[in-house]
Amino acid sequence: MDWAYLFEIALTGIAGGGLYALAALAFVLVYKATRVVNIAIGEMLMVGAYLFFTFAASFSLPIWMAVLGSVIGTGLLGAVIERTMIRPLLGEPPISVFMVTVGLASILVGLVEIIWTADQRRLPEFLPNTPVMIGEAFLAPKIAYGALIAVVLIGLVLLLFRFWRGGVALRATASDQAAAYSMGIHVPRVFSLAWVASSMIAAVAGIIVGAIGGISSSMGVFGLSVLVVVIVGGLDSVLGALVGGVLIGLIEALAGSYLGGEYKLLATFIVLVFVLMVRPYGLFGTHEIERL
Amino acid sequence: MSAPSATAPVLQAEALTLAFGGVKALTNVGFSVAPGSITAVIGPNGAGKTSLFNTISGFYKPSLGRVLFEGADITRLPAPKRAALGLARSFQNIALFRGMTVLDNIKLGRHAHLKSNVFDALFYLGRARREEAELRRDVEERIIDFLEIDHIRHASVAALPYGLQKRVEMARALAMQPKVLMLDEPVAGMNREETEDMARFILDVRREWGITVLMVEHDMGMVMDLSDHVVVLNFGQVIAQGTPAQVQADPEVIRAYLGAGDVGELRRRLRGEAAVGAA
Repeated sequence: MDWAYLFEIALTGIAGGGLYALAALAFVLVYKATRVVNIAIGEMLMVGAYLFFTFAASFSLPIWMAVLGSVIGTGLLGAVIERTMIRPLLGEPPISVFMVTVGLASILVGLVEIIWTADQRRLPEFLPNTPVMIGEAFLAPKIAYGALIAVVLIGLVLLLFRFWRGGVALRATASDQAAAYSMGIHVPRVFSLAWVASSMIAAVAGIIVGAIGGISSSMGVFGLSVLVVVIVGGLDSVLGALVGGVLIGLIEALAGSYLGGEYKLLATFIVLVFVLMVRPYGLFGTHEIERL
Repeated sequence: MSAPSATAPVLQAEALTLAFGGVKALTNVGFSVAPGSITAVIGPNGAGKTSLFNTISGFYKPSLGRVLFEGADITRLPAPKRAALGLARSFQNIALFRGMTVLDNIKLGRHAHLKSNVFDALFYLGRARREEAELRRDVEERIIDFLEIDHIRHASVAALPYGLQKRVEMARALAMQPKVLMLDEPVAGMNREETEDMARFILDVRREWGITVLMVEHDMGMVMDLSDHVVVLNFGQVIAQGTPAQVQADPEVIRAYLGAGDVGELRRRLRGEAAVGAA
């Protein structure tokens, strides 16, 4: 056993997992507040990445402005989706809303292909490209800096959730809508907030994913791994999203380098099946207990 | 117990009619709540008491009629706006924020009154810090002390016994700084001792805080003992209202509760329960 190699792989896996955690956070945010399973989360990432591409490459804006533009643009898209597609379905069976997000995913892919064509593209280089050394281990710079951005953003979001009024309103709504409503919390506005915040986080995740692997109209498949992460972690658990993200990132990296790239998905799905057998609500998800 | 004063009512239901499809939950329901009073709505199961509560607090929109709060028409206002005006409520099936502590639950009651924005919160500056300090003082020194829940302030609400959960819900409603406190079955499922505690709190809420109380309650003894004004609903209609004594003597009320049975027996039972409640 080559311990140095294992350490290096594990480090890459954990760093990659940071990105999963960020995207999973975006997913959990919407699920927690609105109980909507947003299957289009990967496509939201894609839209963020393409908007960044447009602002940075086509309009040649400075990177920070392009990031800001992408985050705001994707946030607006989230608000529009919530208002026009999700809110009218309030009170409908969860499966209907779920199917709408499936449709949303293909609409977004179609829009991207119409506007930007289906060709693969590269994002302008904006992350430092000097290798990062942690001890003896080498870490690809894009992955390292991507993880760093993810960690900072996750920290920021968690702080906002803990201390900002809007964050508290969101937690309250997630816990009990009727009580939140009677407490003076405008629940529909909280739904809107959850979608906007989720879309903004997805945009940042999309930009990092795009910076690492390039962008294309099929980059939404990243969302598949995110779904595994949130199901493993527990759909409504922020902690689950973080732990699940790192865990799945780690497993993918280990399976990819010791068994070969084609075993990555197999390994993660085996973990998924195992977790579901032992804890059907995910590692940190809440059991649904109703007192009758 | 003072009779409702002659001043303008703080809350009024005017000819409220609420229909779900073809089913009329409320028909032409009208009554007023005098400021500083304790008003109770009673009635058999399914009489529309909770529907009435939901209409007043803004969860249901009536098909006809109006709700007036301090003289202003609030029929079309959404529930959060009504909460901000000073209309607080509790729920029949406790609706606490599970997974949060008692203190967090209570502090959330003040949500509608806080002003700090996202940047204040992020850097915990000025306004956020001031508001938090003020809220903490008010909640800890007044509400928690008052309801005698000091020992559980950091406990998770989900783990608390039923009677204490009810008390936390009331504490949260008080944190909303309400003018009218609406309690949906405040003592349902409580034993005699818990019921007496709650009755004492309700009286103190009125006396020490000057808050008007409107409650739905099944416990006849408690209703007759505490209330200044009692409204009796049956099949979504007001069949009687007045002082506890007037309502107890009303043959229509007795029929609603007992069918066409022995009127004298029910009258004795109502009185008996009231006597036990008073003891």
